[in-house]
Amino acid sequence: MGINLEFFDNKLTAKISGEIDHHSAADFRQQIDNFINKKKPEEIILDFNEVSFMDTSGIGFIMGRFKTAYNLGIKLKVINIPKKLERLVKLSGIKNLGILE
Amino acid sequence: MKQENLCINEMNLNFLSKSANESFARATISAFIAQLDPTIDEITDIKTAISEAVTNCITHAYKSEIGVIYINCKIFENGKILIKIRDKGIGIKDIAQAMEPLFTTGGSERAGLGFAVMKSFMDKLRVSSKVNKGTTVLMEKSIIRRNITSVK
Ligand SMILES: Nc1ncnc2c1ncn2[C@@H]1O[C@H](COP(=O)(O)OP(=O)(O)O)[C@@H](O)[C@H]1O
Ligand SMILES: [Mg+2]
Repeated sequence: MGINLEFFDNKLTAKISGEIDHHSAADFRQQIDNFINKKKPEEIILDFNEVSFMDTSGIGFIMGRFKTAYNLGIKLKVINIPKKLERLVKLSGIKNLGILE
Repeated sequence: MKQENLCINEMNLNFLSKSANESFARATISAFIAQLDPTIDEITDIKTAISEAVTNCITHAYKSEIGVIYINCKIFENGKILIKIRDKGIGIKDIAQAMEPLFTTGGSERAGLGFAVMKSFMDKLRVSSKVNKGTTVLMEKSIIRRNITSVK
């Protein structure tokens, strides 16, 4: 459970595994935002393939990174959202941000 | 034959409003209701709703102090689950406004969707609150009984 950051070709890929709640999201946010400030990537990819549980703190986490990236002119994508998170994602309306793949 | 609406088991859980306890609370209640043999989807819905209510106690009710969060959970013969999550924190002035989707007093990392999730993932949601006294969230969900003999 945690976050794994990979930087290649000016792209930051953040692979998150385990549960995303208010507690764990605070740590993930800090690690990603620190990295963004240091390396100024062109693109950020949040990979949710290994996420086993998420509540609306995860939605807030995605929206927060979206805003940060947008303000810095960085492209952001969220990939591999597991099927079991679909109801939450649908309810949240984050599909309208155009960042889910 | 009509099933009796009989309470077959009950638990109480009190713990400090530390964010590390969010996963503890949802895992503990999930383990308790497992005796009703719910599906993975039913467990996920309930876990998510508990996580929302507990997080609200930590981030809103006790935002500038550490307080106690009180959970009571009852399960019934007919598959009904009743979960009460209570705090003695700051309370909510306008409950209707607080429950509106996207409303938040919590800043940019909060989505304002906690109550929306509790409402949609559970069958019933009731919120009562008094400013400076605290808030009680009552949630109910009926799961489909497949293995009635597992609780004696
Ligand atoms: N237990 C509580 N004590 C005090 N205020 C609360 C509590 N629960 C919710 N609230 C208020 O209701 C608002 C909406 O809650 P919610 O829908 O969970 O969204 P969020 O937690 O993302 O703000 C909160 O921002 C807060 O103002
Ligand atoms: Mg909330």
